[in-house]
Amino acid sequence: MYQLLKQIAAVGIKTEAPPRADEALRVASQRLKREILGMFAGSLAIRHVDAGSCNGCELEIHMLNNPYYNIEGLGIKFVASPRHADLLLVTGPVARNMEVALMRTFDAMPAPKLVVAVGDCGCSGGIFGESYASCGRVANVIAVDVAVPGCPPTPIALLQGILAAISPGGPGAG
Amino acid sequence: MTFDSLPLKLMELPGAVPAWQAQTSAAELPGICQAVKDQCGRLAALWGSDEQDQGQGYALHLALASPEGMLWLRAPLPADRPWYPDLSSIFFPAGRMQRATRDLLGLDADAADRRPWLRHAAWRDAQYPLRREFAAATVFEKGSDDYAFVAVAGDGVHEIPVGPVHAGTIEPGHFRFSIVGEKVLRLEERLGYTHKGVDKRFQGMPLAEGAKLAGRVSGDSTVAHAWAYCMALESAAGAAPPARALWLRALLLERERIANHLGDLGYLGNDGGLAFGLAQFMRLKEDVLRLNHKLFGHRYLMDCIVPGGAACDLDRGGLDAIGAECERLAREVRLLREIYDDHAGLQDRFLTCGRLTADTAGKLGVIGLAGRASGQVWDVRTQARPAPYDMLDTHIKTHKNGDVAARVILRFEEIFESLRLSRAIVERIVPGDIVAVLPAVPAGSQGLGWIEGWRGESVVALESGADDSVRNCHLHDPSWQNWPALAFAVINNIVPDFPLINKSFNLSYSGCDL
Repeated sequence: MYQLLKQIAAVGIKTEAPPRADEALRVASQRLKREILGMFAGSLAIRHVDAGSCNGCELEIHMLNNPYYNIEGLGIKFVASPRHADLLLVTGPVARNMEVALMRTFDAMPAPKLVVAVGDCGCSGGIFGESYASCGRVANVIAVDVAVPGCPPTPIALLQGILAAISPGGPGAG
Repeated sequence: MTFDSLPLKLMELPGAVPAWQAQTSAAELPGICQAVKDQCGRLAALWGSDEQDQGQGYALHLALASPEGMLWLRAPLPADRPWYPDLSSIFFPAGRMQRATRDLLGLDADAADRRPWLRHAAWRDAQYPLRREFAAATVFEKGSDDYAFVAVAGDGVHEIPVGPVHAGTIEPGHFRFSIVGEKVLRLEERLGYTHKGVDKRFQGMPLAEGAKLAGRVSGDSTVAHAWAYCMALESAAGAAPPARALWLRALLLERERIANHLGDLGYLGNDGGLAFGLAQFMRLKEDVLRLNHKLFGHRYLMDCIVPGGAACDLDRGGLDAIGAECERLAREVRLLREIYDDHAGLQDRFLTCGRLTADTAGKLGVIGLAGRASGQVWDVRTQARPAPYDMLDTHIKTHKNGDVAARVILRFEEIFESLRLSRAIVERIVPGDIVAVLPAVPAGSQGLGWIEGWRGESVVALESGADDSVRNCHLHDPSWQNWPALAFAVINNIVPDFPLINKSFNLSYSGCDL
C-alpha cells in the first residue's frame, strides 16, 4: 500500500485543460433549445454504441477516461443503459447486422437526446461504404447532431464534438 | 513437422515466411488434416473462393500451420455440388469458419451444426455475397433473425442474455449464459454483428489500397494486419522491402503490442477492483500513443506499413526518443508490477479465475497470448521468423496455469520483451531506403502473409486480379481460434467474474466478423 500511495504522489496530477467546443463539427442545426441545454448544466451521460466499427474509435473513446483528458472531471460520464443517457455516441459504419440494435438503443433513450457520430466510418461510411453488409454512415439510420471525423478521431477531437453537441450555439441556436 | 511427408505436390511460395501451396481433392482433406494434426500441426484459417469466372466451380482454402511454416491447401469443388467433408472433428476451430464460408459462399461442410454464423437478417439463405454474380450493393428486406441457442435443462437453470450492445465501451456481440445461482454452466457466443463485407470489399480494390482496408479490419491490430497484407502482396509480387523497412515494421509491431498490453493491464486492474491500475497504465499508454503521433504521425500507427516498405522513417533523434522511452517504461512497469503482485485483493480475483487448461487449449487450437498462457507454444516471431525476427533473438514466455493471473503475467513479460526488442531494433536498425517500388503483379499471382500481432497471428492469403487489383483476399484474425476458448474458460466461474475473464482474453469482434 505504501508503494501504491507513493506512486500516486510521485505521478501527481496529469489532467490537461480541456479543448473548446468545435462548432464546425455540427451537422444539424441546433435541435435543442438553449434552455434545455442549460438543464444539462455541465453534466452529461453518454451511452456508446459500436454499430460496426473496427474498434479503432473505441480505443480513443477509452482514452477519454485517462488522466490526461479526464472526461469525468468535466461532468461527463459513460453510462451502461440508454435509459440513463442524454447523448448517444455511435461508432462505425452501421453494419446491417447492427441496424436494429442501434435503432432500439436510440429509441430506449429518453428525450431530449443528442447523437454524435464518430469517425470517418460514422461520418461517411469510410472505407467500408454502403453494401449488402453496411448501411454506411450513422445518419443513414438515425438523426445525427454532430459528426466527428478522423480515423480514429483523437480524444481532443472527440471532446470538441461532444462539447459542441451540448453547447448552445450554431445556426439554429436559441 | 515438415509438410514433405504429405501425399501432396508442394510448390514453394516466395516471401518472408516459409510457405507452400498444394492442391488436393475434397475427399482427401480429412486424411491430410489428420496427418497434419498427428504431427502437431494445426488449422490456421479456412475460407472459400468462387472460381466460376475462370471456368471452374469453387475452391475451399485451408491454411495449415506448423512451427516450420505454412501450407496453403486448395481443394476445388464442383459448381453444382460445392460440398466437402466436415473438418471440425479434426480441427475444432474449423466449425465457425465452415459456417461463415457457407454463409458467404454456399460451400457446405455437411456438418452437424447447420446454423448460420455471419448471416443474421441482412441477407437470405441461398444468397451468397461472395459469389461473383452477387452485386456488393444488393440490399435485402430484413428477414427474421431467430437463432437456435443451445438450451441447458435442469432444476433452477436459467439464462442471462447479454448484448449485442454491451454495458461498456466495447464491440457488439451476444453472450447467452446458462446459469444456476451465480455459477455459469454454459456460455454460448453469437457473433457476426459487425460483419462489414470485408472479403467482398477487397475484391477489385487496387492492390496498394488493400493495405488500408487490412489495417481497418481490427483497429487494435492495425500494424499486424497491415504487415500481413503487405507481406502477402510482396510474396505475390516476388519482391522484398528494403532491410530498413523491415526493422521499422518490427518496431511498429512491438509498439502496438506494448500499447495494447498496457491498456489491458489497466483494465484488468480496474475489473479486479483496483482503479489505480487503470489510471496508471492508461497514462503510460497515452505516453506511448503521443510518441507514436510525434514520430510516425498516427497514434495507433495506421497506414505506417505500406506495400513495399514503411511510410515513415526515423532520424537519430526519433530512435533516441524511443530508446529513452523504453528505459522509462521498463522502470515504471516494473514498479506497477510489484504493486499488482503485492495486492492481495487483486491477486485473489486473478488466481484460478477463468482457467483454460493446457489440455483444453490444445484441443481447441488456441493461439497467441491466450494460447501461450495455457502452454501452447506458438509464436510466428520465433518459429517462421520473418525478417528481421530472424536476426532478433526473441524470447517467448509461456505459462501452464491458463487463468486470468497467467494472462496478466504474460502481458507483463511480453511488455518487457517488446521493450528489449525495441531497444535492440533502435541500436541495430540498418540505414537505407524505407520503401521499394513493387513491380506490376501479373493476374493470378498468389502470396501469403503471416505475422505475430499482440493478440496472436495474422494470416493473409492474397490473389491478384487484372491491372494490379485484388481478386481474392482473406484476412484471418486470431480471435477466430480464441473466442471458443473463452466459453470454456468461464465454465464453473461466477457471472460477476465474466468481465474480468473476457478482458483477460480481449478478443476482437470486428476482426473475425469481417
